Amino acid sequence: MRKQLLSSALILVVLAALFLWAPGVYSNESVLFQLMVYLALAQGINILYGFTGYLPFGYVGFFGIGAYGMSVFVTLFHVPIVVGILLGGLTAIVAGIILSPLLRLSGAYFSIGSLAASQILYYVVSNSSLQNVTNGPYGVNLISIFNDAQSYDAMLVVVLLTTAFVAYLRLSRFGKSLLAIREDWVSAEMAGIPVVRTRILVWLAAALIAGLVGAVYAWHISVFYPESVFSLPISIFAIVFTLFGGGATVIGPIIGTFILYGMYNVIGVSEPQYFQLIYGVLIMALVLFLPRGLMSLFRRRGIRGA
Amino acid sequence: MAPERLLVVNNVVKIFGGFRALDGISLDVSAGEIVGLVGPNGSGKTTCMNIISGLYRPDGGDILFKGKSVRGKSMHVLSKSGINRTFQTPKPFKGLTVRQNVEVVHRRADRKASVDDPLEFVGLSHLSDREAAALTSGQQKLLDLARALTAGPDLLLVDELAAGLSPVELDTIAERLIEISRRGVALLIVEHLLGFVNQLTQRVIVMNAGKEIFEGDLASAAQNQRVVEVYLGQ
Ligand SMILES: Nc1ncnc2c1ncn2[C@@H]1O[C@H](COP(=O)(O)OP(=O)(O)OP(=O)(O)O)[C@@H](O)[C@H]1O
Ligand SMILES: [Mg+2]
Repeated sequence: MRKQLLSSALILVVLAALFLWAPGVYSNESVLFQLMVYLALAQGINILYGFTGYLPFGYVGFFGIGAYGMSVFVTLFHVPIVVGILLGGLTAIVAGIILSPLLRLSGAYFSIGSLAASQILYYVVSNSSLQNVTNGPYGVNLISIFNDAQSYDAMLVVVLLTTAFVAYLRLSRFGKSLLAIREDWVSAEMAGIPVVRTRILVWLAAALIAGLVGAVYAWHISVFYPESVFSLPISIFAIVFTLFGGGATVIGPIIGTFILYGMYNVIGVSEPQYFQLIYGVLIMALVLFLPRGLMSLFRRRGIRGA
Repeated sequence: MAPERLLVVNNVVKIFGGFRALDGISLDVSAGEIVGLVGPNGSGKTTCMNIISGLYRPDGGDILFKGKSVRGKSMHVLSKSGINRTFQTPKPFKGLTVRQNVEVVHRRADRKASVDDPLEFVGLSHLSDREAAALTSGQQKLLDLARALTAGPDLLLVDELAAGLSPVELDTIAERLIEISRRGVALLIVEHLLGFVNQLTQRVIVMNAGKEIFEGDLASAAQNQRVVEVYLGQ
């Protein structure tokens, strides 16, 4: 228990130090920022999939809604950016509440249902009849509040909070109940765990995370279009990173994101064809040989360690 | 005065797509009593437990627990009011260790039978760190039992515990179940192995096609014309 607490604290300190120090030695700050975006989204997927077994293909829907929620409050109601970000997260929670009946589905049905839901959110937001609110298909311009450095720090805060939340799930009884629900919901109910309420809570927590990430992302890039913040590959990347590293751990999604996103930037941009080949082979190898992710190499028994 | 009836199942009906799995079953169990529920395959024993534990909703009739209707209550609510169970096909949290399996259980505050160490009690403590998926099916059933005991139930439903256990293990478990009932817990035991039932209980309820066809002691059940017919498939 104490060991797990220490290793989680260590992970947080290393992440913080790394992202505070890195801009000084690595000039491509946008890659660092994207890396943080995926670290947070991968942990969001981890919370939902790793701990409860729901794999949300449409996770990006909450990201997009967070981006738009923040933008609307900032541009129409002129709230301060921090309040705007929190309201972006809140908007994602509201979307999560509306979409919570999806949790009645399971397995592939849930995944595809969530994908459809994210498309619906996209069509609503980009609809020209909402042009007064969202600017419809023409995108959002937040150039007046653009702040490179502050939005970078804000994303780091989101990454750290999200990672800390996963560490809490690893260590707490609440996190154990989630794993119990994932393994067998009937037994979990009989053990006194309110399954429906708990699933909804976790779903909303994951929505909040993606909403906050989307809001800070929107602030950072400051000009964006509906298709860029509701883009399916964002979900897919976050899912693959999580699965690659291993769900229900703190470090798994971090390792997965660093390795695969790093690889994407090293070879994916210059030689996309090799990248896709290597990516494909890696993912196949993963599914075949390490279905529980890289971290499962280090855990032989039970669910333990950070 | 008759002992307080902890559980009363009153004329319960359960229909699966037109098929009456339970066709007006009534039974009751008192605190500290062990009642056997027997009957041929498909007679509705497990369905009965699924209804009492809140997994299924009855299509007719009522269930009273501690004098109040618990019809339609969800399992976690029933768990907290003192009903718990094991499963015919064991349902462990497979990816969790044996110890974690019991750790996640919500313990009731007002427990009749507080078993200090449920894993020790069912004889699984030497496997505490083992992943539950690695246990034999017999051990998984014992784990179900340990989890149910952790909650601290006033009524414990046990569905076919015997299958998969050795005679020695069975003897130990029978002793343990009797010990639990002495502490005031009511037990309803579904079992094909009649020797095991005999060891535990005086009173059995024999079911057939969703109905009760006999109630009394096991020896008289064996003499009963209808029971014999049902078991011999006549
Ligand atoms: N969820 C379900 N859906 C449809 N039919 C069901 C369901 N559960 C039980 N049944 C049917 O109800 C009848 C009673 O089943 P039940 O499992 O209660 O019998 P049982 O007495 O426990 O039998 P066994 O001794 O084989 O365990 C069977 O015909 C079974 O097929
Ligand atoms: Mg049965």
